[in-house]
Amino acid sequence: MKLYTFASPATFYHLAGKLIPWFAWSAGLLTLWGLYISFFLAPTDFQQSEAYRIIFIHVPAAWMSMFIYLVMAFWGAIGLAFNTRLSFMMARALAPTGAMFTFVALWTGALWGKPMWGAWWVWDARLTSELILLFLYVGIIALWAAIDDVKRGDRAGSLLTLIGAINVPIIYFSVIWWNTLHQGASISVTKAPSMAAIMLQGMLVMAVAAWFYTIAVALVRVRRIILERERHTEWAKAILEGDQ
Amino acid sequence: MHRFLLAVLRRDLTLAARRRGDWMIAQFFFVMVASLFPLGVGPEPDMLARIGPGVLWVAATLASLLSLSRLFADDHQDGSLEHMVLSPEPTVLLVLGKSIAHWLIYGIPVLLIAPVLGIQFNLSWDAILVLELSLLLGTPILSLLGGVGAALTLGLRGGGVLLTLLILPLYVPALIFGAGAVDGVMTGTGAEAHLSLLGAFMVLSLMISPWIAAAALRVSLE
Repeated sequence: MKLYTFASPATFYHLAGKLIPWFAWSAGLLTLWGLYISFFLAPTDFQQSEAYRIIFIHVPAAWMSMFIYLVMAFWGAIGLAFNTRLSFMMARALAPTGAMFTFVALWTGALWGKPMWGAWWVWDARLTSELILLFLYVGIIALWAAIDDVKRGDRAGSLLTLIGAINVPIIYFSVIWWNTLHQGASISVTKAPSMAAIMLQGMLVMAVAAWFYTIAVALVRVRRIILERERHTEWAKAILEGDQ
Repeated sequence: MHRFLLAVLRRDLTLAARRRGDWMIAQFFFVMVASLFPLGVGPEPDMLARIGPGVLWVAATLASLLSLSRLFADDHQDGSLEHMVLSPEPTVLLVLGKSIAHWLIYGIPVLLIAPVLGIQFNLSWDAILVLELSLLLGTPILSLLGGVGAALTLGLRGGGVLLTLLILPLYVPALIFGAGAVDGVMTGTGAEAHLSLLGAFMVLSLMISPWIAAAALRVSLE
């Protein structure tokens, strides 16, 4: 049995089915553990008091939003290079979760910004590039939604993801320079706060939880996509009729 | 090889010369969007000079999008696009030729109109000169990246709006460096850094986007 056996949708469908409970339960347990650390073990910050605790959701969400985009670009590139159907399905399955995490990062950032900086939104480099990342996600999802033909949609979406991936660093740095020119020294969020070890631990646990959650959700979604696309095959028919 | 490029260019320019109304629309759109801002924010000369570079750059960006949705659409409708893609000549050159033609038809008039609008926005002569330079370096980026979007959305329902959604985020660096260069002159920090970065971004777009656009075109025509 070779690794690429699982590149076949039929085999992967069953493998994904076996993996989902593991990832889902780990995600759930890790979230509980992470939340316990964040609310009960982590000390109150002497500057930001209790409000800083949103960091335990905000930072993992922001990490995931960028990481998922890179994973999508990776699957898109694999799909374009080797013409593997499953890679495109993975890219499609990941996009909604990536957009969700981007939105969560922006939303929690606004909630955090209000008590800390006194403003829901500032045109800070990180906020702005995260917003543009959300636009990229929305654009890719909209392109997929507009193209009915599966094959064309897969490829077009992957090409857009790739050119976006090339652009993301450029956008990020351009926004940083733009920001320093326009705003001067107003707010610095780029300075890493010296963080208590327990806070870092809580954040990492939450990040791993978010990571496992993403895998579980993406696998559930990719199973649906596989069934939808393979519905004309015997094995998919058997599953679909068995379910009903 | 370059004969094919020239042929594509000549063909698109001839078509544009025969349908003057089409590309004039984008230019009037450019003028109108820019003229709406003083009506919206008020006529104080200082404020207009402050927002002018950004407004003109945003208006130029939107005007490019307006004309880009047609980049491949007409040839796609009458079937000639498929023949050009199927021909032994490289598709990359076809896309590059069409992007250059788009820039000549849309970018050059924008360069001609921008100083007039700059005067309306109370920009100094130095600022207008840098605005021209930044548009000269920046508008090719819009045509090149826009070619990718036009190829991806070819023949789709609501393709024009979708194109806007896909391509505007990618335009952000061009907008920042372009408007930033003019701002740099006005605030006295100099425009060189921004113009260099804009030029670098232009070269990068020139190297990458024709290939991605050609791949997208083949995907869309399958």
